[in-house]
Amino acid sequence: MDETMILNDLLQVKDHELAAQKKIVLRCCLAAGCISSNSKGVKEQLDKAVADAGLQDEVEVRGVGCMKLCCDGPLVQADPQNKLFIKVTPENAPAIVSALKGGKTNLEMGDPNASFFTKQLSIVLANSGIVDPERIQSYIAADGYLALHEVLNEMAPKDVVEVMVKSGLRGRGGAGFPTGLKWGTVAKSSGAKKYVICNADEGDPGAFMDRSVLESDPHSILEGMAIAAYAVGADQGYIYVRAEYPLAISRLQLAIKQAKQMGLLGAGIFESPFNFNIDIRIGAGAFVCGEETALMMSVEGKRGTPRPRPPFPAESGLFGCPTLLNNVETFANVPAIYRQGAEWFAGIGTEKSKGTKVFALAGKIKNTGLIEVPMGTPLRTIVEEMGGGAPDGGKIKAVQTGGPSGGCIPSQHLDTPVDYESLGKLGSIMGSGGMIVMDETTKMVDVARFFMEFCMDESCGKCIPCRAGTVQMHNLLDKILKRKATARDLATLEELCDMVRNTSLCGLGQTAPNPTMSTLRFFRNEYEELLQPDTFNPPTHGAAARHESATK
Amino acid sequence: MAAKTLTIDGKQISAEEGETILFAATEAGIKIPTLCHLEGVYDIGACRLCLVEVKGTPKLLPACTVKVAEGMEVSTDTERLRKYRRMTLELLFAERNHICAVCVANGHCELQSLAYGCGLEHVHYDYLFPRWEVDNTHRLFGMDHNRCILCTRCVRSCWHIEGAGTKNVSGRGAKSKIITDLNQPWGDSESCTECGKCVMSCPTGALFRKGSTVAESVRDRSKLEFIVNAREKKQWNA
Repeated sequence: MDETMILNDLLQVKDHELAAQKKIVLRCCLAAGCISSNSKGVKEQLDKAVADAGLQDEVEVRGVGCMKLCCDGPLVQADPQNKLFIKVTPENAPAIVSALKGGKTNLEMGDPNASFFTKQLSIVLANSGIVDPERIQSYIAADGYLALHEVLNEMAPKDVVEVMVKSGLRGRGGAGFPTGLKWGTVAKSSGAKKYVICNADEGDPGAFMDRSVLESDPHSILEGMAIAAYAVGADQGYIYVRAEYPLAISRLQLAIKQAKQMGLLGAGIFESPFNFNIDIRIGAGAFVCGEETALMMSVEGKRGTPRPRPPFPAESGLFGCPTLLNNVETFANVPAIYRQGAEWFAGIGTEKSKGTKVFALAGKIKNTGLIEVPMGTPLRTIVEEMGGGAPDGGKIKAVQTGGPSGGCIPSQHLDTPVDYESLGKLGSIMGSGGMIVMDETTKMVDVARFFMEFCMDESCGKCIPCRAGTVQMHNLLDKILKRKATARDLATLEELCDMVRNTSLCGLGQTAPNPTMSTLRFFRNEYEELLQPDTFNPPTHGAAARHESATK
Repeated sequence: MAAKTLTIDGKQISAEEGETILFAATEAGIKIPTLCHLEGVYDIGACRLCLVEVKGTPKLLPACTVKVAEGMEVSTDTERLRKYRRMTLELLFAERNHICAVCVANGHCELQSLAYGCGLEHVHYDYLFPRWEVDNTHRLFGMDHNRCILCTRCVRSCWHIEGAGTKNVSGRGAKSKIITDLNQPWGDSESCTECGKCVMSCPTGALFRKGSTVAESVRDRSKLEFIVNAREKKQWNA
């Protein structure tokens, strides 16, 4: 391939890829979840079965990213038959291939028209489960890199920022800061060198949205970062991804290599004066490195601890230069916004929360997996219609969003629309997208202790309230659970929640009390039931006892 | 540099652009409690004792890192701040083993004087009583982790004043620990220049000069006996 690419080359790749498309495509999920139940073996056997049946010219077996219904994996979908095979084993391969030709089969089938799929609206996950994440051609065939071409050739950086402002996209890392405003601030910051960083240090327990995007559609991140870099005037990007995501790392490395070979990263992209390179930085397992200032310290090769803001990264970030830092899902939204326009994007969602949100549905729920819904979708729709409710007819008690920084929303608030403000009002947060469903068997004090233990273990130790406060709060929760605490301990816990929230240095500490505070708000009775009466018990040993026996 | 005028605790003061609230307050004679701050090394805003309220900002801000701004209205001593400071100190006392009576820093300890300053006479939290070691391998200095509050003053002065880079932090959370080189005994350190700046910067008794600890304050009574014997018995037995 030529070093510099022009639009014609790109369209040629697309046309060539579409022309080579076979009549039948068997999409086999090769994301981490399905791989763990041997979908690689399934893919191998499907290839073999197709060859054995002599159907190589008709059938393509495509390894794709996440197909969303993780609980029923490994998944294989046949197009255009629109058949979804679930819980596939390598031994099923010949039967699947014969089913393509109308053969009868008693294989387990999923329903592609179930609410789990039909209620979804895919922007971020549009390519997930469709394109082959290991082939750039597959992404280009799905109009990949067209947005980058348009941005570089037809728009000034300030217009690019303007489109982002108009789209109304807000940061998908959890806090919901307006993305356009952030881009504009970095664009206006003066500095010869600027950086763009993609935060792929997803660490909330139960969250796997970013991993799925990285594994399923890595090029959308690269394209999103390149557009952002052009808008703010950066020429170097970093993707900070945790070492626990080896498949995501290898697919990103491959994607970067392919994009460089095609001239879609590097110098003079699309014959413009715009240069942009992306390197990967791998995290060493600290949750706090998902906090932006700690993340940048880690990229610099230092101990990953947060520092006070201001100065904000937009003014002084990586190596002291203006830095734009966005989450994986935020970047994944970018190409679609420039392909389809800010108005289109702003037309989706609610007044203040635009677009869609990806959630990793987990816990006590029938259909676990990945969902993408328009902002404003009621929690009830997600949990009951799409998720299918609690397994075995159980009753849903609460939904936890935002992981260790979020809160528990009780079932009486299930009609709450999913958007930044509504979840915030209930003492939870949108968070990065973890959604853990809890049924009647879940003890809320136990949930609070679990998340507090997580924060205690993950506190970096720099500031005192978070380092020492989480330990005390965890011990108090433990004491309550062991039925050894009194009302006074509960008061001490609440006082500490307030103090740690207001005095901690970074988001980890500031939000660590959230799961405790929200369960106290909605499930206070569960705490109080465990408390012991606050009476003074005279010692049965020691000085008082000795005194008693001496006076007898 | 442009001058900025602001109010701290109702007192109108002027400060130079780029100065921190802490610096401006100190210049104006307003004392804000600090623990991780140390003149001469950069600030990290870690101990949270110098948090102040700034009108119009919902969050509390560390005075040591936030710069003054025109028209800023700062409160350094509200009831809420006093409560949080007290709680922060209590958390520190409960975290490790701070036994003033047997400490080298007794009477010269910043943690102790801050506690006296806010009338702390009782810790509401359960003492954790962790087991931390004492590194006595160095020829001149010792490090008692039981008394460390992890302010990292020693780390910063070692890196930025001395330039040796011997001290560092390992681990995280409550398991954080000040280490020497790659977590080696201090006595084996090849990078340590024995300058003693870490000991000078320590706010508590965690870092100390050898010979200054309570256990080492042994009275040498044999000298008296020697003199008496020499005078009275004319015996010069050493």
